[in-house]
Amino acid sequence: MTARVGVVTFPGSLDDSDALRAIRLSGAEALPLWHGSDSLDGVDAVVLPGGFSYGDYLRCGAIARFAPVMDEVVRAAGAGMPVLGICNGFQILCEAHLLPGALIRNDVRTFVCRDQGLRVESDRTAWSSRLDVGQEITIVLKNGEGGFVADADTLERLEGEGRVVFRYTGGNPNGSMNDIAGIANERGNVVGMMPHPEHNVDALTGPSLDGRPIFASVLDFLATRV
Amino acid sequence: MARVVVDVMPKPEILDPQGKAVTGALGRLGFSGIAVRQGKRFEIEVDGEVTPERLADIDRAASTLLANTVIETYDVRVETDVAGTVDADAPTALGGTDHPGHTIDHLNEETV
Repeated sequence: MTARVGVVTFPGSLDDSDALRAIRLSGAEALPLWHGSDSLDGVDAVVLPGGFSYGDYLRCGAIARFAPVMDEVVRAAGAGMPVLGICNGFQILCEAHLLPGALIRNDVRTFVCRDQGLRVESDRTAWSSRLDVGQEITIVLKNGEGGFVADADTLERLEGEGRVVFRYTGGNPNGSMNDIAGIANERGNVVGMMPHPEHNVDALTGPSLDGRPIFASVLDFLATRV
Repeated sequence: MARVVVDVMPKPEILDPQGKAVTGALGRLGFSGIAVRQGKRFEIEVDGEVTPERLADIDRAASTLLANTVIETYDVRVETDVAGTVDADAPTALGGTDHPGHTIDHLNEETV
């Protein structure tokens, strides 16, 4: 049976269409989900896309985190459903405490938009199993508030438990502690990352196809679980 | 009508790029030897008295939504006697501007 992967659209989401397209290209069925719904419509995995949900009012992701659909996302994530938060989605996952830490304004005080080098640090998550540890990939990065911060204990735990999934290479673009670009929860089903793999799935619009394995990974994960 | 004020500040150890930018701009204007950290102030108008229960509610609102306690601290305090007591002729502290909106009833104003 074809896996069904949902993408939540919040008011102010920008990359929901690209995420849906990336999922379709990976061979899964892509389902749009609405922030105001209290159902995930039976999807097997969820992507929280990039953008500026609720205009980034208060803090990035702070209001989206309490959208009706998020109750279900939090519940499903707790039950092991794969959830990927991209950029604003990462911020929402941190605000929802599905992932530790927080994202603050870039230390460079400017919006950063570039093809970003990343090093894969973990292949033991639902969203990175198709990648190899140590592999260098290039993914689009575009954010104003992408600096990952966490207290020393949390950082030590993330590093010690192998929960850093992606690390920036070729210079830290936003002041993220330990050059962290993406992390996972303990179980590895929830991943948040600032770079945008959904923009790197088609040679026409990206310098690499390095986003594809990320969406392919979750299909492998779902296939082995059923 | 009473007012409760919630101040939210980035924790001291958290980088504050906005504060740094403001500090830099002030330095260029000749305001040297100062460092600014920028936070947020929430003015919460409360219908009726501010009871301990009401205050506890607002504290919960602050820790749930207004502040992200991973990176921010917050402070809740009651501002005394607001409605109709602002004396336009009274000097304000340190020559600051009188804060507008004291007589506006935000609780009952129409929202779009």
